[in-house]
Parts: sequence; structure tokens; C-alpha cells
Amino acid sequence: MTLSHDFGTWVAALLTLCIFSFLYKDNPLYKFAEHLFVGVSAGYYIVLNFWTVVVPNLYDPLYRAFTRHDPITHAVVERTGGPFAGSVGDYRGWFLIPGLLGLLLFTRLVRRVDWLSRWSLAVIIGVYAGLKTTGFAQGDLVAQAQASLQPLWGHDFWTSVNAILFTIGLLTSLLFFFYSREHKGSLGIAARTGIVFLMVSFGAGYGYTVMSRLSLLIGRFQFLLNDWLGMK
Amino acid sequence: MNLSWLEKLDRRWLFLIVGVLVMGPLLRPIGVPLGSSKPVKQFHDAIAAIPEGAIVLMSCDYDPGGKPELVPMTRTAFRQLMERHCRVVITCLWTGGSGLVDETIEGMAQEMRAEGKDIVYGRDYVDLGYKAGYEAVMVLMGKGIANAFPQDQRANATSSLPLMREVRDYSSFAMLVNISAGYPGTKEWVQQVNSRFHLPMVSGCTAVSAPEYYPYLQSGQLRGLLGGMAGAAEYEKLRGEKGSATKGMDAQSLAHAFVALCIVLGNVVQWTKRRTTP
Amino acid sequence: MKRELPLLLTAVIGLFMLLSFFVPHHVVSVPADFLQQCAVIVVAFGYVLGGANALSVNLSAIARRQPDWPYKLVLVATLLFTVLIGLKEGRHWQDGNTISMFLYNQLYSSMQATMFALLAFFIASAAFRAFRVRTVEAGLLAAAALIVMLGRVPIGDQLTAWLPEPVRLGAVQDWIMNVPQNAAKRAVLMGAALGVMATGLRVILGIERSYLGGGD
Repeated sequence: MTLSHDFGTWVAALLTLCIFSFLYKDNPLYKFAEHLFVGVSAGYYIVLNFWTVVVPNLYDPLYRAFTRHDPITHAVVERTGGPFAGSVGDYRGWFLIPGLLGLLLFTRLVRRVDWLSRWSLAVIIGVYAGLKTTGFAQGDLVAQAQASLQPLWGHDFWTSVNAILFTIGLLTSLLFFFYSREHKGSLGIAARTGIVFLMVSFGAGYGYTVMSRLSLLIGRFQFLLNDWLGMK
Repeated sequence: MNLSWLEKLDRRWLFLIVGVLVMGPLLRPIGVPLGSSKPVKQFHDAIAAIPEGAIVLMSCDYDPGGKPELVPMTRTAFRQLMERHCRVVITCLWTGGSGLVDETIEGMAQEMRAEGKDIVYGRDYVDLGYKAGYEAVMVLMGKGIANAFPQDQRANATSSLPLMREVRDYSSFAMLVNISAGYPGTKEWVQQVNSRFHLPMVSGCTAVSAPEYYPYLQSGQLRGLLGGMAGAAEYEKLRGEKGSATKGMDAQSLAHAFVALCIVLGNVVQWTKRRTTP
Repeated sequence: MKRELPLLLTAVIGLFMLLSFFVPHHVVSVPADFLQQCAVIVVAFGYVLGGANALSVNLSAIARRQPDWPYKLVLVATLLFTVLIGLKEGRHWQDGNTISMFLYNQLYSSMQATMFALLAFFIASAAFRAFRVRTVEAGLLAAAALIVMLGRVPIGDQLTAWLPEPVRLGAVQDWIMNVPQNAAKRAVLMGAALGVMATGLRVILGIERSYLGGGD
């Protein structure tokens, strides 16, 4: 066993133990670590979005558009057209619009003018509503329906059995979600069959969830044992 | 048999047992042999079929919460791509993930350089870092990768990097290798990129998400799927490596057996209680 | 007008984005590309707003000396320190051995991973105390969970090594994932797709307005 000499590893290990102390009971060490984590996360998210989006995607193009110089090297940027002569990927002065929309979001913090933030939200909601509608339609509905149209016989016996079972499972599960009619008679039988398949899928999902959660614990123990305590 | 004491058992005893069962095999490996599953083989074979020297997009959409499951996949996939002399463009769409992804990729690159491989940043691989925007970024990249990522993770102008001069949009890539922990991730890449731009893709994901992606695997929208630490371990085995995922499988086995026992025991206690209670 | 104009904007932008999926002409694709750029930038501002809101809420809690206010002081101090250091370090704040990367690797990364690792303990505890099989459906769920949990890890095949290969836990688990589980998941996927499409259209057409919030 060779204890780590790295200060950072010790900080990480001690904070890990502070959080694990919650398993015994809630205590000041856990609360301290929890609030420290929230503070660092929030601060990190602000800085990250500033340097990776606001500066390169907004500030730099605007700087180039209005000063005709590169914001880092200050070299002259040769280009035709004025600050509002945009093209695909080069929107120059037009970036004032998302810049303004971004700033309007902060009006949410002031009750009297928070209605101004609706303009920013309108843009976001419009873009994502459009993207998600087509994405789900093409990726999840059309492609999945297409893939479901598989031959039910003509292969070996077990492949055909699986294909038939799959199709029954798909149709009955879909019918379970059909609530426009009461689940009676043949629809009731189909819905109850669908429940069988759905329960099996939820059970499989639970099994995989258990695997996922335990993996996270294994990862932390690997850090404590290998990186901190040097027990390889 | 009176099992009522089990019902009153303090849950901290269960925590202790879980802790011991996980720690034990990490200190003293048991060496239960690993199997291999078809989705993992498909993932491996899909990457093996990429033409040598092709450019591949690798989107590592996770943060430290998915580290134990997804970092091993990232390392093994990156190594396999490098050994095929593929050039890799890396992105990250998760806010807390770009630092971890960069550390993982750079760590892998340095390991391979120490083995004598000639791998140069900017020529063989580029880390474009993080971008906010979820699906909007994915579709934006369709018009030009550099439009969405004017600079890389290290604040270099994208246009200054030799590899990026050969990359225009999704048509420049032979494949998308997506390692994802949730939203945005595999589902969004399938919906926005595979469906719209027809870029072939494979996915490595957390075990929580894996069941949800089996329909995409069956439909061919995904060409391969790694699910969780077990998937990562099987992939390492296929590649002849023994990484952290493989080393964690003994602990995973014992812990799973214990949780299964908890489910059974909890119900046995309940049934015996119902039988003895008038 | 404070509600109607944003609704109109959502409708126009949403319809434009729908159109851009079908029309490759530059009259549609260039504005659509610009709108996506706008979305990326506004979302980034949204994250900054989130941080600013966290600061505002906790500062007022400290001022009012609410319970646990010393911990909130730790939160605020760390937040401000992280932001100031990150801004001071400039464009290369993520290079090598900066203070920001120390905060990220040793504080953020380790604590986030540990927070999620706690779930492993609770899932075991919940499996014992809360997972009750009272109906046939719950029994099916439990059976599938047990088979998948054991079949997906090496111990499953070892426990059933004495059985013929097609009925070992690994093979049964495989079959469950590829046939019944797949069928049900696909049904859920397709149903959810219909739901999302309906909601998306409701938002674009202005029927769904909850995102505007209350007030005039």
C-alpha cells in the first residue's frame, strides 16, 4: 500500500469520504461537501459557457465584423461586404440578435420586466419544437415502423417464432396505450397481453439500472483503493 | 422460521454488505470469465470495417457521473480507431464533461505515444470541446463543423488545425462513435444526424440507457451497442485489453447477486409475515 | 401584446424549422442555420442565468439568516471564487495545470461521481425493503429483473454452466433483451414519438402556452 503524495488526490479522496458519510447519517461534513459541490458546479457552468460559447460564437464574430481585426492576434481580417453582409456560417453583425436575446433572459431576475425574457424563450421553444418534431417523426416513428415490417416466416423455426412474438408484443403494447376505447373484449385481451411485454421490459430496465448504479460505486472504490491508497 | 428481525434490519447493515462485496473483489480479484454479446461484437466489427485513414466523429456526451462505465469505452474505442490510422474529431455536448473527455483522450494518446506510436494533436485527433445547444448543435454541424465549433478545447482556431481543414460537415466522416450518458446523447444523434444526414453510427452508453437503444440496434440505425460496464468489459476483452471495466466485473457480479438476494429475501420475509399474521 | 408577439415568434420559427427539414434551398436553410446559432448562444446565456439565479437565491437566504445559512455562504464563496478564477485565467483556462482544472478534477469531478455512487447503496436497500411482488405483473417484472441482472454479468453464466447453452442465464437474458423487451420498448418509443409530435405542433400553433409563464 503506497499512499498518494498528490495534494489533489487527497482533496478528492477526503471529499469523497465526506459524501459517503451520508450513508451513516446526515452530518455537517456531508452538508459542507454538498454545498461546496453546488458552488463549484454553478461557477464552472458559468465560466464554461462563457469561454466556449459566448466568446467564440458571439463576441469573436462581432469583434471581427465591426473592427475587421482578429480578436486574438489583432491581425487585419480581409473580407468583402460590411458588418451585415452575412452568409452561411458567417453571420457577422447579425449576431447582435442572439446577443440581445441572451441578455434579455436576465430580465427574468427582475419582476417588473420579466416579460421581456419571453422573446428569448420564444426563439428557444420555436427552434427546439421544430427540431424535436421532425427528429422524433423521422428517427422514432418512421424508421421504427419501417424496421418493424419484418418477414414472419421463411427463416429457421426459432427466428420465425421470435419474429412473430416480437410483432405480437409490439402490436399489443401499442394497443395498451390506446385509451380512446375501454379495454374490453378483444382490445382488453390485447391490452393485457401488452402489459406482459411491458412488465418484462420494465424488469429488464430495472436490471440494467441496478448494473449502472453499482458501476458508479465500483468506479469510486477503484479511485479510493488504486489512486489514493495505492492498493493495486 | 421467524424472519421478522430481517424486516426491522437497519438499512446501514445492507450498505455495509454492499460496500464489502464491492471492495473485496477489487482487492482480491476472483477472475470470473467474461462472455461476449452480439451488440458488443457488432460495435467492434463496425469500427474494424471503417476504411483505414478515414475521419471519424467521436462525440463523448457524458460527465463525471458516467465515468466508470463510459471512460473505459472511450479509451478502448479511441485506441481501436488510432490503430486503424483513423483520424478522430472529438466533441462533447454535456456541460460538465469536456474536461474529463479531454483528460481521457489525451491520457490515451500519451499512452500510445509512450508505446512508440506517432500520434499528433491537430493532425491525428482534435478535441473540439463543449458546445451548448443540444440538438441545435447537432443540426448546426450539418452545415459546417467549424460553424458550430470556431475554436477547439484548447482555444485554437479550428481553421488552423490540419485535420479540420479536411473536415467540412458530416459528409467528411465515415462514422459517428457516440459515447453517451443520457440527454443529449445517442437518441438525439439518431434522430437528428443519423436520420437527417445518414451518418452511420455506433453507440456506447450507460446501462440505464441501453435497453432504450435496442430498437435502434435492431432497426439498423445503430450498428453496434455497448451497454454499461459489462459492455465496456466485453469490448476490452475483444480488444485483448484489461482495463478498469474488466477489473470491476467481479465486484459487479457479487453485487448483482446480493441485490437479487435482497429482492428474493424481502419478498420471502413479506410472505412469511402474511402467513403468520392472522 | 406581451404574450401574443412571442407566441407569433414561436410559431414562425417553429414552422421554419419544420420546413428546413424538407427544403434544402438556401432561402430556408440559411435562416434556419442562423436560428440554430441563436439557440446555441441563448442556451449558453441560460446556463449563466442559472448560475446567477443560484447566487441570488442563496445570497438572500444568507441575508435572512435562514437555517443552514453558513453552508450557503460556502456555496456562494465557492461559486464566486470559481467564476473569478475562470474569468481571470482567460481563453486557456482549461489547459494543463490551471486552478480551474484543479477545481474541476479534484472537486467537481470527484464529488459528482460520488453523489451518483451513493445511489448504489440505496438501490440495494430499496430492493430489500420496497420491491414487493403482490400481483402477477409485478412477478413478471421481478422475474425479468432477476434474469437480466444475473444474466448480464459473468456470474450468471457460471451459475448455470451445467445447463445447455441456449437456456443459460446469459442466453435467456439476451433473448429477453432482443425480443419481448425490444418489442415493448419500440412500442413506447413510437407512442412517445406521437406524443412529442403532437406537443411540438401544439407549441408551434400556440395552443400550448405554459412556457410563457404567468402574468400579463
